[in-house]
Amino acid sequence: MSGAAYLTDYSGLAASLPGLDLPWLQGFRQQALQVFGVSGFPGNREEEWRYTNLSALNKTLFAPSASQTVDEDWLNQYRLDDASSVVLVNGQFSASLSRLQDLSGQVSVSSLKQALQDRPAWLESRLGQAVTSAEHNLVAFNNAWFADGVVIEAAANQQLAKPLQILHVVTQTDALSATRNLVVLNEQAEAEVIETFVGSVDSYFTASVNECLLGNNAGLTLYKVQLEAEKAQHFGGTYVKQGRDSRFNHHNFALGSGLARSDIHSDLDTAAECSLNGLFVASKRQHIDNHTRINHLKPHGISREFYKGVLDNKARGVFQGRVVVAEDAQRTDSEMNNRNLLLSADAEVDTKPQLEIYADDVKCSHGVTVGQLEEKSVFYLQSRGLDEEAARNILTFAFANEMVDKVENAELKALLLKELLERFPAISL
Amino acid sequence: MLSIKNLHVTINDKPILKGLTLDINPGEVHAIMGPNGAGKSTLSHVLSGKAGYTVTEGSVMYNGKDLLELAPEIRAREGVFLAFQYPVEIPGVSNIYLLKAALNAMRKHQGLPEVDAMDFLTIVKSKVKLLQMDEKFLYRAVNEGFSGGEKKRNEILQAAILEPKLCILDETDSGLDIDALRIVSEGVNSLRNAERSFLMITHYQRLLDYIKPDVVHVLADGKIVKSGGPELALELEERGYSWLEGQAA
Repeated sequence: MSGAAYLTDYSGLAASLPGLDLPWLQGFRQQALQVFGVSGFPGNREEEWRYTNLSALNKTLFAPSASQTVDEDWLNQYRLDDASSVVLVNGQFSASLSRLQDLSGQVSVSSLKQALQDRPAWLESRLGQAVTSAEHNLVAFNNAWFADGVVIEAAANQQLAKPLQILHVVTQTDALSATRNLVVLNEQAEAEVIETFVGSVDSYFTASVNECLLGNNAGLTLYKVQLEAEKAQHFGGTYVKQGRDSRFNHHNFALGSGLARSDIHSDLDTAAECSLNGLFVASKRQHIDNHTRINHLKPHGISREFYKGVLDNKARGVFQGRVVVAEDAQRTDSEMNNRNLLLSADAEVDTKPQLEIYADDVKCSHGVTVGQLEEKSVFYLQSRGLDEEAARNILTFAFANEMVDKVENAELKALLLKELLERFPAISL
Repeated sequence: MLSIKNLHVTINDKPILKGLTLDINPGEVHAIMGPNGAGKSTLSHVLSGKAGYTVTEGSVMYNGKDLLELAPEIRAREGVFLAFQYPVEIPGVSNIYLLKAALNAMRKHQGLPEVDAMDFLTIVKSKVKLLQMDEKFLYRAVNEGFSGGEKKRNEILQAAILEPKLCILDETDSGLDIDALRIVSEGVNSLRNAERSFLMITHYQRLLDYIKPDVVHVLADGKIVKSGGPELALELEERGYSWLEGQAA
């Protein structure tokens, strides 16, 4: 059965997972384990997993690693200087690598392990609020297996003084990094969080879940920078509950891994705004799946979604964007757009925008394009003296750069530009 | 500088140019006029190296080199510039970026170092002024959202910065109002010198009031059917092309 080896392995590692003394958490994990035990990892027969094959997870048993060894010089190239940071090494919080000295008194950032010791009751009423094991079996897997993570809380009206970077780092071959993060912004609080996923070895499995609970009029900007190693298996889900008038801006840069799946789901209360931007760039045999869901539950919500994909060689990209407008959600204003560039005949993209509208007074649109570079544009650049390869790189870079341009954090933007230019060597625009 | 001999070109096996011969010396301005479908744009495309055209016969020598053997970008670096009839919009690539990349590609080809950033800006700004363009155009995406006249001006701006040896203007006057035509023509005239040659393709005699050609050719049915001085353009204006088309047969 899919996932059987993991279930066998679980009995041995359960004792090492945090929260053994918390009956509610044991119940939470047991329930998740049962769900996972029924069918293991999601399979292609499930509609939401039609395009993404997780069989690699069954071929190797990815197991937790206690190692905290990191080459700091290597890691520093991904660090943002003007940010606080939490570093999770092989799924475990590293106090020595994290930098949390710049936080104001009313903002708390701690490891999940620490939070389970310090305020278990507070966690009990929040963990599992934005997503449950019923979502799909990778969430169930995370619910049962998470070993650590970050808990962020900003009190009402507080702002994080600096962006907070969460560095997910894997340094051991075939390691499992299962992390659970919770971001709670109380009323009118604001934060900017950057998640960076990197690995110094080739093969490993990241399974990370974020739950974000946004109070009324709160604002969260969350960047996901997925630069996982070439053979890494990556699952990263972000599940958001947006209070009235809250704002959630997500930027998903999926540039790495062998296989990656992102979930970005948000539930919007009255007049909440949700903006989802994404760029996925894949080549060789990479597979990058992006699954978004925007639930307009109440009136006057606004959502803007814009995803771009660039696929080369035999790479495959998936965009599944679902917008649901509930019967109550009158005056919803929603736009969804997905544009894809295929650079080779063997590259593939499966794009599936879905609008489900149950209200009658709404403004909703969606659009999808799949195309190649325009030959007339390539020729135009050649006629100005640029060779064909440079012309193609410039045009591809320009296509992708539109998403990087939306990044407001200058340091992060520079880092992303560098990553793009490595893939499409052109003089920086 | 440019010597086209008995050029035959087909598109999808359909003959378009049928034995075109043309010689342009350094510093000369040649105008090519002719009815629609005569092969005017095909000539400009073949000279600049656009794909989709098959040369079945004839030769094109440019400064002692077989032009048809060169990749489009090498032709450009060797000094052949095509001002497009329909300039292409390139979203996400700024004008100034393209100008700099193009200039440096050319300089590299000539064994020169990359242009200094400050010098480059000085050059560009002076040319922008010459073409009475707003400096903001430099930072906008290439031709994106430009009006027809702005696109044509932008082509001449590129020529002014790249300083080609042979400048092919493919219907640069089409779609321009009289003010824009004057500005574009002044830009072109400022580029004229004893070394630089021009091949102007146009429908309209009006352009030649602003840019005085040395030679006017009539292209009909894939061949040059008549050549003469500027007075030929006036005659064409009066009489049309029909009296010449018979001669191509």
